[in-house]
Amino acid sequence: MAELLTPELKACIGQASPPVHVEVTRRDLRKYAVSTGQKAKKYLDGDVAPPLFHFGYAMEILPLDELRHDGIGEDKLIPELPLKRLMAGSSDTVYHQAICAGDKLVVTRKLKDLYEKEGRTGPLIFVVTEVVVETQAGEPVLNETTSLIAR
Amino acid sequence: MLTYDAINVGDELPSREHTANIVQLFMYNAAIWNPHRIHFDHAYATEEEGYPGIVLDGPLQGDWIGQVVTDWIGEDATLVSFGYTNRRAAMLGETMTAGGKVEEKDDTSKEVKVSLYLQNGDGEVTIPGHAVVRFS
Repeated sequence: MAELLTPELKACIGQASPPVHVEVTRRDLRKYAVSTGQKAKKYLDGDVAPPLFHFGYAMEILPLDELRHDGIGEDKLIPELPLKRLMAGSSDTVYHQAICAGDKLVVTRKLKDLYEKEGRTGPLIFVVTEVVVETQAGEPVLNETTSLIAR
Repeated sequence: MLTYDAINVGDELPSREHTANIVQLFMYNAAIWNPHRIHFDHAYATEEEGYPGIVLDGPLQGDWIGQVVTDWIGEDATLVSFGYTNRRAAMLGETMTAGGKVEEKDDTSKEVKVSLYLQNGDGEVTIPGHAVVRFS
């Protein structure tokens, strides 16, 4: 199998995005709860976040002129890969404390690993990232490990 | 009220159907700030990316199986961990069924492990998942 991941690409493993500071608003919590079809009152009232609410905090807010034709902007955490088509893989989150309206949080994304595998239809590159959500005091809130697959 | 002692390995969690319409999908992508055209532009999704329709977001489907757990435990237990895998795409208009089953109980930690699934109308699992909840 041809080596797709050059030493230069492998050297990107371990890099992190600049920390993003977010203020959790009740309004944002309510929008998320309604749009996902939640039934629990605590979610619909925006008291507390459903388990995947933080997913939106990992989405970068980019200026319009940085968005490509497909709508997406460049993900600066992930180096340009020789395989271009990115697919969502998996997500695993460990929860330490609930996210509540009024919380001030720090969100950091890290590139944990890049590795390749031979798939049924050709080579695949697995991109493993970690989303770390902490309080401003540095207490852990949650850790999410995600994998993306490039083919 | 759900108690640790009343749970048995093999118990089914209450299932629920979800059929997102274009308004719900628009609001979801606005809420998470996802501008990817495959989630709102039918011509783009079909003609340029080759999908059979507008694509449901994986994390939205992940959320639906998360709700199986959070609705099941209510305030009676705490979510310790939750994960899901995107196995196959689902399109706007499909009715998806979210459900789960108790897989393991740990009497020492009072933790319960459940498996989760989201399946389409053909019975194919699009998003399998898993979660651990802890009773006090």
